[in-house]
Amino acid sequence: MNEEKIKEILNRYKNESGALIPVMQDIQVEYRYLPKETLLFVARELKVPLSRIYSIANFYNAFSLKPKGEHLISVCLGTACHVRGGKRIAEEVERTLNIKSGETTPDLNFTLETVNCLGACALGPVVVVDGHYHGQMTSLKMKKLLSKLIESKGNGKDEENNNSRRT
Amino acid sequence: MKKITTPEELDSFRKSLLEKEKSGMVYVSVCLGTGCQAYGSKNVAESLKQEIEKQRLSEKVKIKTTGCHGFCERGPIVVIRPTGIFYQKVKPEDAHEIVNRTVMNGELIEHLLYVEPGTEKKVIYEKDVPFYKKQNRIVSGNNGSIDPADIEDYIRIGGYSALPKTLFKMSPEEIIEEIKKSGLMGRGGGGFPTGVKWESCREAHGEPKYVLCNAEEGNPGAFMDRSLLEGNPHSVLEGMIIGAYAIGSNEGYIYVRMEYPLAVERLKIAIAQAEEYGLLGKNILGSGLDFTIKINRGGGAFVCGESTALMASIEGKVGEPRTKYIHTVESGLWEKPSNLNNVKTWANVPLIINKGAEWYSKIGTTKSKGTKIFSLVGKINNTGLIEIPMGMTLREIIYDIGGGIPGGKKFKAVQTGGPSGGCIPEEFIDLRVDYDELTKVGSMMGSGGMIVMDENTCMVDIAKYFLTFLADESCGKCVPCREGVYRMLKIVTAITEGKGKEEDIPLLEELSKTIVDTSLCALGGTAPNPVMSTIKYFKNEYEAHIKEKKCPAGVCKALIRYEILADKCTGCGACLKSCPQEAISGEKKKVHKITQEKCIKCGICMDTCKFEAIRIL
Repeated sequence: MNEEKIKEILNRYKNESGALIPVMQDIQVEYRYLPKETLLFVARELKVPLSRIYSIANFYNAFSLKPKGEHLISVCLGTACHVRGGKRIAEEVERTLNIKSGETTPDLNFTLETVNCLGACALGPVVVVDGHYHGQMTSLKMKKLLSKLIESKGNGKDEENNNSRRT
Repeated sequence: MKKITTPEELDSFRKSLLEKEKSGMVYVSVCLGTGCQAYGSKNVAESLKQEIEKQRLSEKVKIKTTGCHGFCERGPIVVIRPTGIFYQKVKPEDAHEIVNRTVMNGELIEHLLYVEPGTEKKVIYEKDVPFYKKQNRIVSGNNGSIDPADIEDYIRIGGYSALPKTLFKMSPEEIIEEIKKSGLMGRGGGGFPTGVKWESCREAHGEPKYVLCNAEEGNPGAFMDRSLLEGNPHSVLEGMIIGAYAIGSNEGYIYVRMEYPLAVERLKIAIAQAEEYGLLGKNILGSGLDFTIKINRGGGAFVCGESTALMASIEGKVGEPRTKYIHTVESGLWEKPSNLNNVKTWANVPLIINKGAEWYSKIGTTKSKGTKIFSLVGKINNTGLIEIPMGMTLREIIYDIGGGIPGGKKFKAVQTGGPSGGCIPEEFIDLRVDYDELTKVGSMMGSGGMIVMDENTCMVDIAKYFLTFLADESCGKCVPCREGVYRMLKIVTAITEGKGKEEDIPLLEELSKTIVDTSLCALGGTAPNPVMSTIKYFKNEYEAHIKEKKCPAGVCKALIRYEILADKCTGCGACLKSCPQEAISGEKKKVHKITQEKCIKCGICMDTCKFEAIRIL
């Protein structure tokens, strides 16, 4: 754990009531999950019981207690995407990567998430890979996208990531 | 920029901005809403900018990157102003032609014009596009003409003119009276009269008082708040400052869901600029009012859209609602009087102050005033964000604005109100959309998601979808919601798997009633709505699943099978190659066959087939 980093995050919200959640959000952004030692540190610094931090980490979807993969695949299952077949897209990812929604591949390359609406309903079904939006997906398009991702991983070239248009 | 310290200074500043504009400048608005960005509008804006620079036209032409124009289906959208020429599906390589032909010579580029389906007529101007024609975009209309990252744009079009009017010419009581008279009701879906809420908070004992903005737009299939925050954040801030003055508050919070990073970014910019210009912070415009706004990023919990849960979350706690014997206007955030309104409600406020309650109350129906923004999505041709006067019929919305159902499919239902709402069947297509009418048919206004469903949507599956969502999002505090919704989900899931029993329907109805009566908050209290409304209007579909073990819409996996049509299959082998299960066999140029035992019903073969030779039975 980088103690300086955590201290810097804590300083951002100094003297603010209700700082705990923003602090945890920033740690989540930094590490892509909430490492145990950072939480122990935050508990000590903010003088809040670890149990409370744990309950918050469990309650909000934003937090993960397990490390997430390098690439985050979010399949939207909002209503608009659902009626256009979003679930089939998620199943395609599950099948190909052999993980369930919310899980990460053992090599820590990919995490699959299903989300309840990304607010890009016009593009449904939507899949977001590392901040890059892919609209009007089909199982077939997902299959192709995944093989491209896996291939670029294999080659050590992270094309998708480099070209991503963060939205 | 020097702080603006009086209303007169603000006026003369606005005048100077308007004068700058008069010089015949052409504006090219490029939509950078989430939808258009996903289609690559950032690159379009970049190419246009380069083209302007290359031709040294920056004195005459300006590229304006704006928020959502609403017509997401046709993105990236580019509008030339002031003429209003409307281009759709624009690509970066069109930049050269747009600048040279349209901007410089007023010529039209045929292939970028919108073609009206059916008549095949080409439409030139934005206002004539059928999608916009029937709308009344008083709140969302400015999205397309201002740069949300530039406060001067908002000021130029008359933004922050309601604020000095209230601060210097109206008493807090007069403002509240005006809002009451306008008939504005909570746009988050609750429909509580806004003026009455403000009054209760103003009169509540306790200091400080808080003014809050609810941007935890958790409803799946809805992105109205997102578009407003991303497209016109200052309209929301201005509403909040006016509210703060009327209520007597110096501190505000905006609670934005974490899935909206762009909205957070735009808000941060807007708040910083408003502070810089003296419109937020200490002694606003020299009026003596101090007001600050902080942003809270949500943690990704649907229940945090509920007022008490939202406030708990801002306090740094788990977002669990509490019972509301004591209203939040009396004891809310940190047990102080707190006034929470939705993004759209706040954005309506400056409008009402500027144009008057009387003007506002003329729009809409007897009981529901003003306009309402909806996200029109699902099985509809013109997907996007629409703003209509209250009282418009579903038919006008779906067919005139939405352009009907794609692929000539039959309309089945429209879902409003999110997971708390219901599905409205075709027999109510002429229903006038307002708070009361939607409630009467077993749905509700909600925050504005409007999801259109066609003959290929299974209503039992939709019920299962919402129950899955709600069981997942239930905070777990009270038993009826935590256990009851979960039980309903198990029953409905069994029905979709062909394991349903005839007594399931009355059991679901009984459970629904108990959950509605005994849940602690509105999430539980409305959770059974999607089930109740689908049972009410689509009982035959439930019965088909239970009695005949069939899914008429061809959705529920356990009850369907894929088949290759012998008369259409060309034996090209595409499906055979794509099948992940190797469940398809057949020789080249001969009709292929699916081995049902191996098939996992993933649908890839159907996506692959170019001859529509695969169908669901």
